[in-house]
Amino acid sequence: MSNESPLWGFEGITKDFYGTAVLKDVSFTLGRGRILGLVGENGAGKTTLMSVLFGMPVISETGGFSGTVKLDGQAVSFRTPFDALDAGIGMVHQEFSLIPGFTTTENIVLNRESVKPNPAVEVFGERMSVLDRPKMRARAESAIGRLGVKLDPDMLVSEMPVGHKQFTEIAREINRDNVRLLVLDEPTAVLTESEAEVLLAALRNLAAQGISIIFISHRLHEVLSVCDRIVTLRDGRVVKDTDAAGVTVADVASWMVGRDVDDAGRKGAARDLPGAALEVENLWVDMPGETVRNVSFSVREGEIFGIGGLAGQGKLGIPNGIMGLYPAGGTVRLHGQAVTLDAPRAALDAGMAFVSEDRRGVGLLLDESLDWNIAFTAMQIKGEYLKTYLGGLVRLRDEKAMKALTEEYVKLLDIKCTGPKQKAKELSGGNQQKICLAKAFALRPSVLFVSEPTRGIDVGAKALVLDNLRHYNRDFGTTIVMASSELEELRSICDRVAIVDEGRIAGILPPGAPLSEFGLLMAGQKVSEEVQP
Amino acid sequence: MNRLKQAVTDFGWPRIIIFLFVVALFIGAPFVKVRVDSSFTDVFNRFGQNAVLVLALVPMVQAGCGLNFGLPVGIIAGLLGSTLAMEFGLVGWAGFLGAIGLSLPFAVAFGFAYGLLLNKVKGEEMTIAMYVGFSIVTFFAILWLLLPYSSPNMVWGYAGKGLRTTITLEGYWGLILNDFLALRIGENFRFPTGMILFVILLTVLVGFFFRSKTGTAMTAVGSNPDFARAGGVSADRMRLTSVILSTVIGAVGILVYQQSFGFIQIYNAPLFMAFPAVAALLIGGASVNKASMLNVIVGTFLFQSILTMTPSVINSILQTDMSEVIRILISNGMILYALTRKTKVTK
Repeated sequence: MSNESPLWGFEGITKDFYGTAVLKDVSFTLGRGRILGLVGENGAGKTTLMSVLFGMPVISETGGFSGTVKLDGQAVSFRTPFDALDAGIGMVHQEFSLIPGFTTTENIVLNRESVKPNPAVEVFGERMSVLDRPKMRARAESAIGRLGVKLDPDMLVSEMPVGHKQFTEIAREINRDNVRLLVLDEPTAVLTESEAEVLLAALRNLAAQGISIIFISHRLHEVLSVCDRIVTLRDGRVVKDTDAAGVTVADVASWMVGRDVDDAGRKGAARDLPGAALEVENLWVDMPGETVRNVSFSVREGEIFGIGGLAGQGKLGIPNGIMGLYPAGGTVRLHGQAVTLDAPRAALDAGMAFVSEDRRGVGLLLDESLDWNIAFTAMQIKGEYLKTYLGGLVRLRDEKAMKALTEEYVKLLDIKCTGPKQKAKELSGGNQQKICLAKAFALRPSVLFVSEPTRGIDVGAKALVLDNLRHYNRDFGTTIVMASSELEELRSICDRVAIVDEGRIAGILPPGAPLSEFGLLMAGQKVSEEVQP
Repeated sequence: MNRLKQAVTDFGWPRIIIFLFVVALFIGAPFVKVRVDSSFTDVFNRFGQNAVLVLALVPMVQAGCGLNFGLPVGIIAGLLGSTLAMEFGLVGWAGFLGAIGLSLPFAVAFGFAYGLLLNKVKGEEMTIAMYVGFSIVTFFAILWLLLPYSSPNMVWGYAGKGLRTTITLEGYWGLILNDFLALRIGENFRFPTGMILFVILLTVLVGFFFRSKTGTAMTAVGSNPDFARAGGVSADRMRLTSVILSTVIGAVGILVYQQSFGFIQIYNAPLFMAFPAVAALLIGGASVNKASMLNVIVGTFLFQSILTMTPSVINSILQTDMSEVIRILISNGMILYALTRKTKVTK
């Protein structure tokens, strides 16, 4: 089939957001009735690529892109998603965009309802026409039939199991007469395995009818079982474009996380560290979108312990749960002392500190000055930066000490600001992150939790933040637990890296372990032997 | 030039315009035979009278509970304190301080209950607060009739029970702050030194409170509750504290108001007292989540000056007695303006 002319072609797609390149010269083709698997880590550029294809406004608002999208050999450019829909592209999103109070049928034909004319139409125009329900139902049934699944056309979406919602969305996309390409973004993420099987069968069914499909998924075995071709994106580049035949999950996993697989960033050999600083047993955390189901691990004194994994698998839930920001249960012991969960105060009093992944939401007082941001927690928890007046009767803020503290950290962390009195909201992302670090450092914690320390900051700031963490660890012997989506970052500074999958720890690896092993853990394949340093 | 520009921006154009308008009114006053010296007396009196009530809004604004439209809760506590002090026959300084002392337990208790309620309606505080204010005033309108007050100076003459709508403070503690160290210049100018000193004292105390650990925590809660929580501060407790503090200052505020006004006004009088206070604070440049002592002073001064000067000047121009109508028009107009000006913080 490879000699057939491609239906879709991407040629040299390049896109940057404010100078940060997210797509670099991406080219690949897709034939009629073929299924293409698009894989890559978070932030590899998958979503941006699909936004380009769809003509999402965010692309043109940020300066457009270069390169061409070709349909049947003709260059096309969609200025709005409506153009893309008209050209026959259907998109099924990760989040359900269905109306809960409508039935399957109503959702499938939404905005394309079959209508019957009546006299009012003559007078008031099209908007007065009446729904032709039997016809709508017939159309919905035919779309469901094309999918090859069982769906009740009269069921309300709100009463459906999630699998059926996903099918309804796909049915809605293929209900259009001219649909030629279907893009599915993580369609199986919310499905059980048996539901996913049905979905994959439905996709093969559609492909057999001549519809091309782009299938984006983190579940690599599904990608392998359904796709004809696999395109792997990494850091905005196509690193591998190959036929699916003969490829193993381990191959794809190492392409995804690959980079330059020489272990240049690794600092020294495994360190010999004394006893456990933090022991976590059977921890569960109810953090929306990052549920932790059952996690046990122990962190050694003075260690940098990494927690990695794909977004939404629960790695962020672990620090947030231990620090009491979300409902949690289980046992957490710090130096042998049990820590009360569900109470941020108790966690802070115990000597732990946290740099939140939600910098603007939790990490900073955007409307207050930098000295407030840095000194606040230390003031509240330890009673520092207060000056005593009237023989201990009143204690007021010690502005001078706060200023000195802030100036110290501004210098230490190289924070670009106009002075301690500048408002936190006026700083750039990287400098804001440094303020968050300074806030945690000012507490002089024995265990420091850092969550996504480099999210949304530029490369230079990233290196600085990581360097600061490493120095802090080496200079003060502070135990650091770092959760991050960036595997490379974890491997570069951590002593051990735990990979979280579906709320559980899939395995703990030394940073020097082969990338394919990390990839396998992320893809949900348990590695039986756990590595101990 | 740049520094001047910066200073103007910091101070805010609305305040500059209102200030210029006030100056214009003072300049124009003599031409329509309004005495400037007595006008100044009025302005200072009204400033002192209202400043504490405006100050009472600050803790709740800082803690993120919004503008305290439920100020009448504190006012009712103050009214209970002053009527009880009269009932016990306390006069002079003993009367005024006794009234403060007697109103405090009520203010704390009311504030606690009010705060618990506001913690359950986060995001809707201002609407709920307004109706809490309305409810408590009308509820107490019943109680004023039923409570067993017996002092002949307070109860209705013909029935011998139930409080009158206005009760004179003459012979008790009327003008006690105003007259303390009062400065008399010429025939028509009196500076209410005692009251202004008392206002400054309270302002400084509240200012210091916001520099304490608790005050800092409270400000942080108002600025970003999630940050405060992650810093080990209980947002609910801080909010509760701020509501109690607001209510207590409100109670003291009405006592200051009464002694200057000369009467205790009960029944429906407290209903709409929150609005001028809120307007003054907003005109002073406060936002819904941030207010400073400077906002209180500047806002009260500007708002009360306009409220004093405009009716008398316009009245003289028009040669009619419409002062009350004009006063209501101006005051509500200012409130409307101020409420449209309210700004929110960065989220």
